[in-house]
Amino acid sequence: MIQEVFDVIVTTLRMVVGITLIMAVFLLVSMALSFLYGLYSKGRGMTKGYTSLKTVTFGDESAVTANRFASVAAVVTIFLLWCIATGSSLIPTVLPPPFVGETEFEYTARNANGETDTATVLVQVYGSDAERPDEPEALPPGDGFARNDFVQIVERRTKVLKVQNNDEGGKEDGYEVIEINGTPVTRETVVPFAKGEIYVTKQGSLSVRPSTGLTMEALYLPPPEKVWSSFITLNKEGYQGVGLWENVFWSLIRVVIGFSLGCLFGIPLGFAMGLNSWLRGWFDPIVEFMRPVPPLALIPLVIIWFGIGEQGKISLLFLAALWIMTIAARAGVSGVNISKVHAAYSLGATRRQLLTKVILPNSLPEIFTGARVAMGVCWGTVVAAELVAAEKGAGKMIIAASKFSLTDIVIIGIIIIGVIGYGIDVLMRKAENKLVPWKGRG
Amino acid sequence: MTGLVIDDVSMTFELPNGGNVEALKNINLQINEGELLSVLGPSGCGKTTLLNILAGFLAPTSGTMAMNGHAITGPHSERGMVFQQGALFEWMNVAKNIGFGPKMKGTPQAEIDAKVTELLGIVGLQDFAEKMIYEMSGGMQQRVALARCLANDPDVILMDEPLGALDALTREKMQSLVLDIWKKTGKTIILITHSVEEALLLGERLLVMAPRPGRVHKEYRLPFAEMGVGADLREVKRHPDFGPKRDEILSMIWDMEEEIMGRTESA
Ligand SMILES: Nc1ncnc2c1ncn2[C@@H]1O[C@H](COP(=O)(O)OP(=O)(O)O)[C@@H](O)[C@H]1O
Ligand SMILES: [Mg+2]
Repeated sequence: MIQEVFDVIVTTLRMVVGITLIMAVFLLVSMALSFLYGLYSKGRGMTKGYTSLKTVTFGDESAVTANRFASVAAVVTIFLLWCIATGSSLIPTVLPPPFVGETEFEYTARNANGETDTATVLVQVYGSDAERPDEPEALPPGDGFARNDFVQIVERRTKVLKVQNNDEGGKEDGYEVIEINGTPVTRETVVPFAKGEIYVTKQGSLSVRPSTGLTMEALYLPPPEKVWSSFITLNKEGYQGVGLWENVFWSLIRVVIGFSLGCLFGIPLGFAMGLNSWLRGWFDPIVEFMRPVPPLALIPLVIIWFGIGEQGKISLLFLAALWIMTIAARAGVSGVNISKVHAAYSLGATRRQLLTKVILPNSLPEIFTGARVAMGVCWGTVVAAELVAAEKGAGKMIIAASKFSLTDIVIIGIIIIGVIGYGIDVLMRKAENKLVPWKGRG
Repeated sequence: MTGLVIDDVSMTFELPNGGNVEALKNINLQINEGELLSVLGPSGCGKTTLLNILAGFLAPTSGTMAMNGHAITGPHSERGMVFQQGALFEWMNVAKNIGFGPKMKGTPQAEIDAKVTELLGIVGLQDFAEKMIYEMSGGMQQRVALARCLANDPDVILMDEPLGALDALTREKMQSLVLDIWKKTGKTIILITHSVEEALLLGERLLVMAPRPGRVHKEYRLPFAEMGVGADLREVKRHPDFGPKRDEILSMIWDMEEEIMGRTESA
């Protein structure tokens, strides 16, 4: 227990260092670009308008607006970092890539009689997504007891080569590899060769490790062009028999239905709680209890109750949206300025008219805020629910792909999920501006 | 009998800590039809409470009110209210705000439109019918509030510091407007203010209230409102009686404030 906690602390500290490094690189690029942008815009007198005349901008919130140039530059930077880290073919090489191709090295062995002889090992390293190349026909055996060898290795991988196997007397005691490329070696040591390194194992075999370079392996992060080509294929053929957009469509349908149900029941519930003491008291414990329960925590229960069918996922999204909408509607009713209510009654409104003509429109801004939050939560929840149990859906697609280490599909899924989540929020904001233009200007 | 009759009205608020506040104590008033009454007093003397009771938003702890002979038990469109601010409906444009009352009663749209156009003219907002509330300045919003109240054709207009949030210039214009409307429509208007000048200008009858318990301290009959109708209010203020009256009431309120301060300090 103590040890585990200690490990957590160590891991955390390591992470702090890692995060700091990543941030530092990103910020350094940012600062450099900012400096260049400053030179550029100053030279052209691009800073115009009222804000440019403000002398106090540090601390003036209204003087700080997102610099769109910076946003574009940030996205481009991330893309470039991605290209660099994965050794993408879209840009010139920055980090050394893993070795692929042919190379060779020489080893010198001593046999039981104390004689020495040298032979050549031909090393063929081929790309992980390439076909294994044909073996060269009949190697010249070379002279002496040590015979030439040949080895084929997948890039970044290591292979143990028993050079003694084809050597005369290689199985006898006293046989030993003593030099590699002229460098004396003993067991359990590492020596470099032209395109990598060789480790002499405990048993005296040679473990050949071609250079892995500094780029990331596609298993962890595929380069953009690979993701793009997977996207094209995915778009055409789908994954596991389900089209890419069909997956996305199913996720969206669930969100739309769950969210709509949440609104349909949550808003009247919120109104009831905002308008009636008994109902507020009645629902208060339920709402206050359910509000802090993250919808993800309900997934197991929902699966037990409804199985992995649509009903379970829609119920989950309904619950996720319900409390948010209830609380938003309740806040909207509570937030009505009492003067408005008094004014409406003095103008002869009935209760019903007060509800539809005053309370409802007055709570629209709150309801919209709630709806935006609920939509975000629903979108996150649907993906998580699909990770656990679904036959179709964006979440299902990425979890299935991850089981086969299809990182490119996982990344495509994540990008699409992010873009759609963002798109939903943009649409909600548009709708908000259109439907409640008075928001924040009361 | 016509007009408003307030008969021995008291209002005591119980405080959560067990104490209570006598916001109003034994108020007796008779307000005649067409009267322009201004109510003045230091903060906390029960002006808003009195108005809320008249509007029917609050029931007094004791006493009764009657309007044109029938008891006041709740809000009613016979008693219109103009609030200081924040009572307009932001989701409606100016015309819809003004037409709200008639619309609630099911008045035909053509009739509402005619009424709204007429009222927009009266309050000087002819060109603003389609504007949204949040696009209007504070003064314009109060004009809309006045028009909305008038659209319902109430017998009494109750105003709780309707001009309190306006700047001095706008305020002066609005004071003239209130006088105009009073004269044109002949409505009973009860206007609460904490400005002595406003109370003098907008009250044929002026009540000065005193706090703890809230009560009517003094009552005046004044000629200035009548003079102000259609005239320059600055002229009215230069009237030889205006200054002395203002000073008299000011020092009266000063004394009350000092008394309150003294009481709270010694408490
Ligand atoms: N709802 C209430 N609960 C308790 N006390 C109140 C309430 N409303 C008003 N009061 C008290 O009643 C007194 C009169 O208030 P109010 O009518 O608002 O005065 P004014 O409008 O003259 O400033 C004040 O002391 C105030 O604190
Ligand atoms: Mg008040």
